[in-house]
Amino acid sequence: MNVLRISGVASRHFYLYKRSIPLLMEIFFWPVMDLLLWGFITLYLKEVGRDLPNLVLFFLGGLILWDILYRSQQGISVTFLQEIWSKNLLNLFVSPLRPGEFLLGLMSLSVFKLLAAATVTTSLAWLLYSFNIFLLGIALVPFVINLAVMGWTIGIVTISVVLRYGQEAEVMAWGLAFLVQPVSAVFYPVSILPPGLKQIALSIPSSYIFEGMRSILATGTFSWPSLLWATGLNAFYLGLAILLFYRNLNIVKVKGLLMRGGTE
Amino acid sequence: MAKQVIEVQGLTKRFDDLVAVDEISFELAEGEILGLLGPNGAGKTTLIQMLLNLVIPSSGSIRILGLALPEAREAILAQVNFSSTYVALPPTLTVRENLIVFSRLYGLRPDRVKINALLAKFEIAELADRLTRSLSTGQLTRLSLAKSLLNDPKILFLDEPTASLDPDMADKTRSLLRAIRDQGGLSILCTSHNMKEMEELPDRIIMLDKGEIVASGSPKEVIAAFDKENLEEVFLRIARGETEPSETMRQ
Repeated sequence: MNVLRISGVASRHFYLYKRSIPLLMEIFFWPVMDLLLWGFITLYLKEVGRDLPNLVLFFLGGLILWDILYRSQQGISVTFLQEIWSKNLLNLFVSPLRPGEFLLGLMSLSVFKLLAAATVTTSLAWLLYSFNIFLLGIALVPFVINLAVMGWTIGIVTISVVLRYGQEAEVMAWGLAFLVQPVSAVFYPVSILPPGLKQIALSIPSSYIFEGMRSILATGTFSWPSLLWATGLNAFYLGLAILLFYRNLNIVKVKGLLMRGGTE
Repeated sequence: MAKQVIEVQGLTKRFDDLVAVDEISFELAEGEILGLLGPNGAGKTTLIQMLLNLVIPSSGSIRILGLALPEAREAILAQVNFSSTYVALPPTLTVRENLIVFSRLYGLRPDRVKINALLAKFEIAELADRLTRSLSTGQLTRLSLAKSLLNDPKILFLDEPTASLDPDMADKTRSLLRAIRDQGGLSILCTSHNMKEMEELPDRIIMLDKGEIVASGSPKEVIAAFDKENLEEVFLRIARGETEPSETMRQ
């Protein structure tokens, strides 16, 4: 065994951590997110005890719907990363393709991906756990559309940052959606959150979507206010995300970073 | 007088304190092949990137095919194309799939006959159904060149088009580019570090150094102006900081 050779393997990565905030953050990101998520789930279960009806329905439903948001986001961000990894980005931007057309192309692929993933997960949930997500009825449609749109928003924010700061920011493609998961009320209601996080949750479309879903499952009533809030916030954030993409595209063109994937 | 397809006036690009391209003005005529030469860091890549709207200039104006860039970006880019040895095509698509995808990106319905003709022209027809990642560097360059002709461009931007080709294929590619130019009035702006190629292929060359044009003219004129035997000697002189051509050339 040669210590120098072993240190060579490790130091190759230490150098990266020394100057990459996204890589450094990743070390702490997942443990913190896991702790928050499972901590609030534990608190919730402790609070409701055995009073929670349809426990399986709540969790499996939440998981399947969360996956819709995540696949939608991945459909945008990972597809974009594939263009970077294959060094094809430049070919796209020297073609007459408009930035808006580029985004719409990514969005259409994301719809295909989430539909494929949702088909598999809902079928498996029905086969393995006798859980039928379609029990939610027609109300499922507007909420699922909202989840997909929120996924697009997170995806567009991710690719805007990767475009500007290069591949070292690509960890966001896997992490950014999970940043909002603890405050999205996926597995527990917003009311379980401490005041500060509650305020953040109320400014995020997904919390209204999952609260709306929970309302249908628990009481059978459709929450119009939840849907309207989710739709309004989604429209607002999607608009901001698209503006960010155009702004960052302009910055990389001014700085001449497109060929280098955003890095200076 | 030949129609000018590229008109560049006072083009400048600054990156903070660095002036990458400094007040450059030049024109490219219809059917002309213009070579862009210069040492690393001379500003060639930045210049081409500005002409392709990948980099926004600090000042100056660009007109391509009579249209102003960036205002008419879409109309301009639909009529030009680009090939570089250093820019890859998606490796997990087959050669044919790549050409179909890029036809669509240029707003064209994929034309099987045309795609087959381009593959045959660049002697890669037998690779049509192979994955792009399995191609050799030379084959990739030929695929990139085939891709660059999909939209029948009026102007072709080529970044070191023959850098990875063997002498035989490089020679064939040069002949092909000249033939396409002669048939269809295609204009070509190319960079290369192959000085022999730059003596043979372009009608005119522009030599850049530190973002400025230090010489321009036919390859023979430039060689004569520097009082050298060939372009390689001229290049070495410029790269080593001895940039003064004769008074005639400067005028």
